Amino acid sequence: MANFYIDNKDLKFHLDHPGMKKIVQLKERDFAEKSSCDYAFLDFEDAMDSYDKILEIVGDICGNIIAPNAESVDAEGPELLNNRVKYARGTAENHEALTRAGLIGMSLPRKYGGLNFPMVPYVMAAEIVSRADAGFANIWGLQDCAETLHEFGSEDIKNEFLPRFNKGATAAMDLTEPDAGSDLQAVQLKASRNKDGIWLLNGVKRFITNGDADISLVLARSEEGTTDGRGLSLFVYDRKDDGLTIRRIENKLGIKGSPTCELVFRNAPAKLVGDRKFGLIKYVMSLMNSARLGVAAQSVGISEAAYREALKYAEERTQFGRPIIYFPAVFEMLRKMQVKIHAQRSLLYETARFVDIYKNYNAISEERKLETEERSEQKKYQRLSDVFTPMLKLIASEYSNEIAYDALQIHGGAGFMKDFPIERIYRDARITSIYEGTSQLQVVAAIRGVTSGAYLNIIRESYEKENYEPEMDYLKSVLTGMTDEYEKTVNKVVAEDNNEYVDFHARRLVEMAANIIMGYLLLKDVRRDESYIKPAAIFIGYGKSQNLERAAYIMDFDAREFGSFKFNPES
Amino acid sequence: MSGLKIIVLAKQVPDTRNVGKDAMKADGTVNRAALPAIFNPEDLNALEQALRLKERYPGTTVTILTMGPGRAAEIIREAMYRGADGGILITDRKFAGSDTLATSYALSLAVRKLSPFDIVIAGRQAIDGDTAQVGPQVAEKLGVPQVTYAEEIISVNKKQITIERRLERGVETVSAPLPLVVTVHSSAPECRSRHAKYTIKYKHARSLGELQESSEDYLQLQKDRPYLLIKEWSVADINADLDQLGLSGSPTKVKKIENVVFTGRDSRILSDSDNDIEGLMKEMIENHTIG
Repeated sequence: MANFYIDNKDLKFHLDHPGMKKIVQLKERDFAEKSSCDYAFLDFEDAMDSYDKILEIVGDICGNIIAPNAESVDAEGPELLNNRVKYARGTAENHEALTRAGLIGMSLPRKYGGLNFPMVPYVMAAEIVSRADAGFANIWGLQDCAETLHEFGSEDIKNEFLPRFNKGATAAMDLTEPDAGSDLQAVQLKASRNKDGIWLLNGVKRFITNGDADISLVLARSEEGTTDGRGLSLFVYDRKDDGLTIRRIENKLGIKGSPTCELVFRNAPAKLVGDRKFGLIKYVMSLMNSARLGVAAQSVGISEAAYREALKYAEERTQFGRPIIYFPAVFEMLRKMQVKIHAQRSLLYETARFVDIYKNYNAISEERKLETEERSEQKKYQRLSDVFTPMLKLIASEYSNEIAYDALQIHGGAGFMKDFPIERIYRDARITSIYEGTSQLQVVAAIRGVTSGAYLNIIRESYEKENYEPEMDYLKSVLTGMTDEYEKTVNKVVAEDNNEYVDFHARRLVEMAANIIMGYLLLKDVRRDESYIKPAAIFIGYGKSQNLERAAYIMDFDAREFGSFKFNPES
Repeated sequence: MSGLKIIVLAKQVPDTRNVGKDAMKADGTVNRAALPAIFNPEDLNALEQALRLKERYPGTTVTILTMGPGRAAEIIREAMYRGADGGILITDRKFAGSDTLATSYALSLAVRKLSPFDIVIAGRQAIDGDTAQVGPQVAEKLGVPQVTYAEEIISVNKKQITIERRLERGVETVSAPLPLVVTVHSSAPECRSRHAKYTIKYKHARSLGELQESSEDYLQLQKDRPYLLIKEWSVADINADLDQLGLSGSPTKVKKIENVVFTGRDSRILSDSDNDIEGLMKEMIENHTIG
């Protein structure tokens, strides 16, 4: 009886973070619902105990149903029959099990059938599901759409759609088009009103995950004659209505259980979500931020799965008379994978806590006016979320690819065969650094945290000022050294006063900041549990050497040579 | 059809599936302390059948009935997390040492007290004793029909239930009148997982015995939410005859316990001729299965 929550003590460690006290207090509005709802939490301890117990259910279903189904789901995949997507047998079984356990729409308020889960335990559930089957995690994770409807939809829309999630309704977010991928401003699918005032959608969407969902959020051009993001609005389409043709299901490298569809809308009736013209600039931005947190959770889950496969194989596989785990070339890879998982997980839950706090303040501000202090907290955590989310998505997705690569390598020739789960995990990892914004686009967003000084500020004003035990002095001094070096390097790049030049070095700079931040987060973890000292020390040593290399490259770089990198130089 | 009244018989058992070195004590009895206490697996299959009927026929109630020490309240909670409406713990020191005969006597009295009922559903057998006797004995004592080795309850109407049974060489579909006792085979669908909302709601459920060790806050919570009380019935509550309970009501005597490795087949096909039956009786007397 495998349980993917209980068998990983790091999850409970992150769930039990002291920051949860404030989050639970805000989310539960001082436990106001306990007298009116029999599954509302009584107090903080009861809430934490409930998260723990619910995650245990998630871990049970993942360990005993979803993970055992993963191989057949990958082999079978979905198929298109009479304009409907038929899930693989295992996918349908997974979805049914999670629905029956009440685990869809977890983050929604109770009045819509949800569990009122904050981001931290919700993201943790996503991580656990992803470890079991990363492709299925997409279908489950699209319940994020419920959150967007809840945040921005009218009362009518909320009452119509939200209660369906907990009963098992599936969702999709229809953004991408053949000519609008990373550049969503170019979306062309047209929304126009008929004589009865009903919005009708016409056009094509491509690469839509779970495109045949019950409930779809569709980004469409509602303002005729516009060409940029300001002419786009967000709509909700109900699959019970006509007007949608599933043209094809893509044949993909990985996450094969997750149907990726090409859709044609022909006079499909839809409802406007929120206000016109805010589709891309507000609602989709918010949706994408949640989705990026989701992909980060998925990446950590994939990393965990890959690491466990590699560890098991290295312990069992004997060469030269002993298990290969005894060879330095192998154990170093394994250890590196393990500390990277610690680091990305700490960054994941730190970011989730930031998101939790500002989203709660946002929700409270709909109910009453925020106090001055609350308003400043809301802004502070919103800003932190804005710079941490792209950094997290970049790091977690790249790590999951590196870890899956190394995990397959440890399997040797066997890893290249279809006989072990690692080849599937390796293929599944590949998408994480592409969808919901490529790594390159995450850097475009994250570089603002570098140039505005936001990363340096939280490092210096918060992480550096924490009290650490004297045994950690050395590690802390390494991190302060890395911070000085980072500051110097950033200054050199910014001094050129050339945005394109900043973009050129952007990834290096963001990764330097990330290494320092993850180093401090691991050091903070040691304060709560001394056993984390080893991964902290290994990671910080590793991060230090990476930063040195990046800094050396930038400091030695002659800005005049920048032009020789360009293709079709503009000048 | 209106709702059914279903009683599920369940037992908390030591987990004998993953037996370690210390699973047996020196005297050959089970070392319960070394083995985690779990919901008997086939009783979970039985619970699933009950919960499916509850989904199919609105108004159906599912009550768990278990006999055991105070800690067995845990399996009533476990059943409530999965959708059971409530449960009763039959607990009394005087039940200690009961074999299948005494146990089925106590359970049948409790079922009578809950009567009228439509269906009693139990697992085929428990993994600690593997006797498969309690279900059939309860049916016998209640004077109702029994269908054993059920794999799926196909349909129920006011008068009749149709059940598919798992036999050694195939399946058999039978019909029987209500009320009755059904025992469920491990090849029946596995029990669903816990439900998130029921888990949050019922994790505070406590038996009277457990409440005595709980804080004041808990007592208040129980007052505000009466559904959180797990009922406990004693010998007196079910009007049991003391001579038919515990050691004095248990003709089974354990002579010795030894490790055996099964070499024979699970079952054998015999005809209903006098010859075959006589042969079997002789064999069972000889190897002390009976007598």
